[in-house]
Amino acid sequence: MSDIPKADELFKSIDYNPPATGWMDTPVDFSPGHWCYPAKPEKMEYMESKLPGLWGPARQWNPGEADWKLPPNWKEIVVKGFRERLKKFRTLQVFMDICVRCGACADKCHFFIGSGDPKNMPVLRAELMRSVYRGEFTVAGKILGKLTGSRVMEEDVLKEWFIYFYQCTQCRRCSLYCPYGIDTAEMTMMARELMHLVGLNINWIMEPVANCNVTGNHLGIQPHAFKDIVDFMVDDIEEVTGKRVKAPLNEKGHEILFITPSGDVFADPGIYTFMGYLMLFDEIGLDYTMSTYASEGGNFGSFTNNEVMKKLNAKMYAEAERLGCKWILGGECGHMWRVVHQYMDTMTGDTQHAGMTTPRSPITGTVFETSAATKMLHITEFTADLMKHNKLKLDPSRNDHLRVTFHDSCNPARGMGLLEEPRYVIKHVCNNYFEMPDGTTREQTFCCAGGSGLNTDEIMEIRLRGGLPRGNALRYVQEKHGVNTMACICAIDRATLIPLADYWAPGVTIAGVHELVANALVMEGESERKMNLRQEYLPGYEDEEDDWTPPNMEDA
Amino acid sequence: MNALYSLLFVFLLVLIPLFGVDAAHMRTFFGVCIPATAFIIFIVGFVYKVITWARSAVPFRIPTTGGQFRSFDPKLFPQNKLDCPQTGAQTFFRMVLEVFAFRSLFRNTAVSLHQGKDHPIVAYKSSKWLWLFAIVFHYSFFIIALRHLRLFLEPVPFFVNGLEFVDGLLQIGAPTMYLTDVGLVAGILLLMGRRLINPRINYISYVSDFFPLFLILSIALSGIYMRYYAKVDVIAIKELAMGLVTFNYVVPETIGVSFFIHVFLVSCLMAYFPFSKLMHFPGVFLSPTRNMPNDTRAKHHVNPWNDPNIKAHPYADYEKQFGVPMAEAGLPLDNPENGKAPEEKA
Repeated sequence: MSDIPKADELFKSIDYNPPATGWMDTPVDFSPGHWCYPAKPEKMEYMESKLPGLWGPARQWNPGEADWKLPPNWKEIVVKGFRERLKKFRTLQVFMDICVRCGACADKCHFFIGSGDPKNMPVLRAELMRSVYRGEFTVAGKILGKLTGSRVMEEDVLKEWFIYFYQCTQCRRCSLYCPYGIDTAEMTMMARELMHLVGLNINWIMEPVANCNVTGNHLGIQPHAFKDIVDFMVDDIEEVTGKRVKAPLNEKGHEILFITPSGDVFADPGIYTFMGYLMLFDEIGLDYTMSTYASEGGNFGSFTNNEVMKKLNAKMYAEAERLGCKWILGGECGHMWRVVHQYMDTMTGDTQHAGMTTPRSPITGTVFETSAATKMLHITEFTADLMKHNKLKLDPSRNDHLRVTFHDSCNPARGMGLLEEPRYVIKHVCNNYFEMPDGTTREQTFCCAGGSGLNTDEIMEIRLRGGLPRGNALRYVQEKHGVNTMACICAIDRATLIPLADYWAPGVTIAGVHELVANALVMEGESERKMNLRQEYLPGYEDEEDDWTPPNMEDA
Repeated sequence: MNALYSLLFVFLLVLIPLFGVDAAHMRTFFGVCIPATAFIIFIVGFVYKVITWARSAVPFRIPTTGGQFRSFDPKLFPQNKLDCPQTGAQTFFRMVLEVFAFRSLFRNTAVSLHQGKDHPIVAYKSSKWLWLFAIVFHYSFFIIALRHLRLFLEPVPFFVNGLEFVDGLLQIGAPTMYLTDVGLVAGILLLMGRRLINPRINYISYVSDFFPLFLILSIALSGIYMRYYAKVDVIAIKELAMGLVTFNYVVPETIGVSFFIHVFLVSCLMAYFPFSKLMHFPGVFLSPTRNMPNDTRAKHHVNPWNDPNIKAHPYADYEKQFGVPMAEAGLPLDNPENGKAPEEKA
């Protein structure tokens, strides 16, 4: 990260005036930092063995070099794949035809706001595909060429796709403002499907995809390691609360299967959110199990192609059937929930076993008709319902040192409409809650700039630029209200918002909603809470640290 | 440059009937053949395109939502029924507002960067200009098109007379000036000005973006010229128009050349329509992110090309691969054999 400019310098470098050359004549920068690393050949070989014909040649290649080692007939493959997808997706066909280039979307993309690169305007990002559509598939485009913004498929075009469709996080903010609802996320998904056909991919997506398939989670955590990690967390919970909670894994005969993104199991601060789930479930005596086989809620297939999305999703129902669970409770995750909400039942509903029922909270008796088809409930819906029925003993004053704001994750906000439940939950466990400015929250929320598989360090500057709108809104509430914590309901957020906040709003900590819940949760028979889940002493107990010598002071 | 090309194109288009009618006396050709052909191209092309769209599958329901969805407790978390519709009726109203009030454009914002005292500021403000220009343009165009029905229908329907009355309410000049004539020209000039002046919009504008604007502008101006300056013989024009719709063609000699220019430009627009971005008009109704209810978790929907052969990595394979460490970690196994190390099995 050493060569990344300081925040002020980066801000000053943003210029919204387009270059003098037309966009088709403006060359693309292929220097390092502008692209993600391609997938390792062994990962692609594995995927080819599982879902053959979707991946192009597995090979070692480098986007910085001129030769991308494409298959000789790459053009036919892409054009044929394009034609097929126009029939398979009305979205693609209609969105190719009806854009009027009014520009309403232009300044809605976080990558454009932070970079000023005109090809990051959603309209132009889509034109990268549309120009080829017109040039290859429409009569007018073939005859009139550039006058209608048409061009034929060439290697430079494909390379441009690779750069810019891996510079879209599929957050759909542009779609909200488009008078026709043109959804660049759909276009990005299609462009990526086409690129996969000729072997253009990135490792940060394909390694998780391969891992999810074989081990169940994107990090490749094997079952015994998964259990070890969970056991560690149970130990830590005991350290903080004096209580040993249950953490059932792969057990049959429970009512509920709980699935969360594996980022919550692995990385700080997701693990605190995971500990929050465990504490909550133990406290209310929930009859549930987790699974090492279906240990990933996040669906990296949705960043790849439909086939993989379906294959990875199918695990959830397969495991519910094997374990005999009646319904599924899902943790805090962004893309997972877009897939669960918009795709799951359509793709894999037929694999649901007959014993599954519409989710019903065993604690409050509430039946969640809104998820009658998928049989899958969002944890903030579940917890909000518990709170509404006063089933939890909470001490929000334990979070009084926190001044909290909430970051709506793009996918639950714009792909689902889940806006109020997380706020309701946070307000029950925190006394100091502040909204970020209008225009940056709820359906207008800004992306963390690391979604859709772009949470990788080699494009850190692009991510930080894309993070400007979110970071700036955060900085605003930090200055105005002293906000020091940003809560979110997405595992990718919990990973990507940390460097973003450090850069644009230093001093703000990122937390999951259920971490805050667990810190406020008064558990039956717990010992006095002196620490939060991060094992930091709560205000008033700091002197507990007195008998501890910082490591660098030992010799002094 | 693109704007200039478009202007030149439209200028050439004006010259064609000018010479064709005045010099070559091809009155029937420009009065009957061209408009009839253009109309056929318009209808066939329009229908063909919409059928092409309709034949593409809608595998998944992917509405873009703006607002709270229907929750387990609609009182505690009230649903935003218009932006996050859950039923057909709610979706219908969302579409009505989209089509008739351009609701998505109404929420448009503009971003700007500022250097604050000690840190940068990204600001957003409501920007309704595009919405206003678009509304003025589309409604004017729509009402003008409806007003033209009086040339094609006998008797003239009451609503057409009503529209004319309201449109000419200010009673400025003689013949009475229509508000929509002003609206249409103003709308086009504003939209065009936006494309020319705003560097970002200019950057994304092709000839195919300017051309329809210039074409419609020339149609409007030729219409205005006919009505207010040339004062063409409306009775004769109605005779020609009625002839077209009753397949009983007549081209009265009293019709001036300005009419032929107007009709030729309209014909060009009709013929151009199905192959251009103007198809956003039917397209807005078919946009899958807007015209479906957000009910995918509650109701089952079918993907016509769902591939049943794609299945999850089988648990049995997983247990075979990781059975030994699973057994050591105390995780339950379906098949205890999987938990035995190879040497134990042997």
